[in-house]
Amino acid sequence: MIARLSKNVLPPLAFLAIVVVGWGLVVRGFALPSYLVPSPVAVFLEAWASRSDLGHASLVTLAGALCGFGLSLVLGTAVALVFAQAAWIRASLFPYAIFLQTVPIVAVAPLIVIWFGAGFPSVVLVSFVLSVFPILSNAVTGLVRVDPELLELFQIHNATRWQILTKLRLPHAVPMVVAGAKVSSGLTVIGAIVGEFFAGYGAQTPGLGYLILQSSGQLRTELLFACVAASTLLGLSVFLATGLVARLVLARLDEPGRRQ
Amino acid sequence: MERVTRRKTNATHSHILCRVNDDNPGLIVESRQVGIRFPSGTLALHGLDLGVREGEFVSLVGPSGCGKSTFLRLVAGLLDPTEGQLTVGGMGPIHARKTSHSCGFVFQSPTLLPWRTVQENLVLPLELEGMASAARRVVAEEWLERVGLTEFAKAWPAQLSGGMRMRVSIARALASRPRILLMDEPFAALDDITRGGLQEELLRLRAEIGFTTLFVTHNVSEAVFLSDRVVVMTGRPGRIQGEVAVGFGGCRDDDLRGDAAFASKIREVAHLLKMATP
Repeated sequence: MIARLSKNVLPPLAFLAIVVVGWGLVVRGFALPSYLVPSPVAVFLEAWASRSDLGHASLVTLAGALCGFGLSLVLGTAVALVFAQAAWIRASLFPYAIFLQTVPIVAVAPLIVIWFGAGFPSVVLVSFVLSVFPILSNAVTGLVRVDPELLELFQIHNATRWQILTKLRLPHAVPMVVAGAKVSSGLTVIGAIVGEFFAGYGAQTPGLGYLILQSSGQLRTELLFACVAASTLLGLSVFLATGLVARLVLARLDEPGRRQ
Repeated sequence: MERVTRRKTNATHSHILCRVNDDNPGLIVESRQVGIRFPSGTLALHGLDLGVREGEFVSLVGPSGCGKSTFLRLVAGLLDPTEGQLTVGGMGPIHARKTSHSCGFVFQSPTLLPWRTVQENLVLPLELEGMASAARRVVAEEWLERVGLTEFAKAWPAQLSGGMRMRVSIARALASRPRILLMDEPFAALDDITRGGLQEELLRLRAEIGFTTLFVTHNVSEAVFLSDRVVVMTGRPGRIQGEVAVGFGGCRDDDLRGDAAFASKIREVAHLLKMATP
């Protein structure tokens, strides 16, 4: 455990320390104004002073991200189930699913705000639009690409569509959905923050996205830096937590060696 | 009428039962001028005549791409012939599949579900057919013992060797008591030693419980070792080139492989196969 920590965690932390020290030296050496690049100490002091605002904002963004993530999981899998029913359904609908992946989210977000109002629901929707595709496409692949011989086996024994779905397609898709969810978990926080850029002003407590907008408008660069750090930490935590849950889920299904 | 004899095999040093059917039972599979043309236009089989009697072990050999596997899928009721008439137990294969559990199928790969234990895999067909779980457990125990995997009941497929997985696959195909066992090059991906062991295991199972088998292989020696009859098919579109009655009886063991009669049967089949290959 300690050996693994020292191998995986210490090097990036050491690198971070070097960057922060270098950053502090550059700011001091070139006498940069604090509205352009604040010193690390100033950022830390500002973060400490605004810790309650930052904490609340992080929680609000986390709530938006988790709701968007949950919606992605539920709707992504549900739509994938529809897609898995027939090739013609996939052929006619998949291009529109790809639309979710390719459309610039900043172009759609204002529309969502117009339709759903400024506030939490719009934040959740933006997060959902950004994070649903990896889950959807992985779930479709997992449901459809089962071994054709296994399908024949089920057919020979007169399995119903329902049996093929529950005993073959769904279990086959679970690890792929989990892998998709890991990718989505990173996107979902980004989605929530982008959503708050557009819809965050409607919330009673501002999320990180709105706080970023505010601090940049007021040229409070120290706070802006602190917000960036908080967003990064939030995204990282959600990603790592999802990875942990994914491992627990797979371990239950896999135990003790599905890897052939 | 069944004559039951006991003998000791060198391979297992255990007493096994050998059954030989003396009477002339009916045909399980009857194929008259069967052919199939795929939607792509390929004529895979054409004018194929073949009968498989109850309790018989028939091997199909032929050049690759001759439609051996396609014929198995026709018998299994997975495909419908576009020419001729094919019956399984007196019915059309698809009808036979839907009304009675007509076929057990063993593929080249063991096709086990990795998320199910050995025992759960073994009884999958029975589960699909709606057998209650208590009854399934009884069947599973019986078959696990029969193929020597009792202690692996709760193991995962990934933990088994290739030969063990294939034994699970064979037991799964037989556990639902099919009218006919269809095997599509089941041992082709295994090493020689494992393959030899599984061939003997298959003969032992057949001697113990007696079932009808249609076995596809491109290994002539395997076909001769296992079968009552070896049927040689031509290249595409597949027809019957000829057949060799093997006639070594129901009890065979490793010693047979060194026998002169065995070698001469192999030569006969190989000769037919040479004529069948363009």
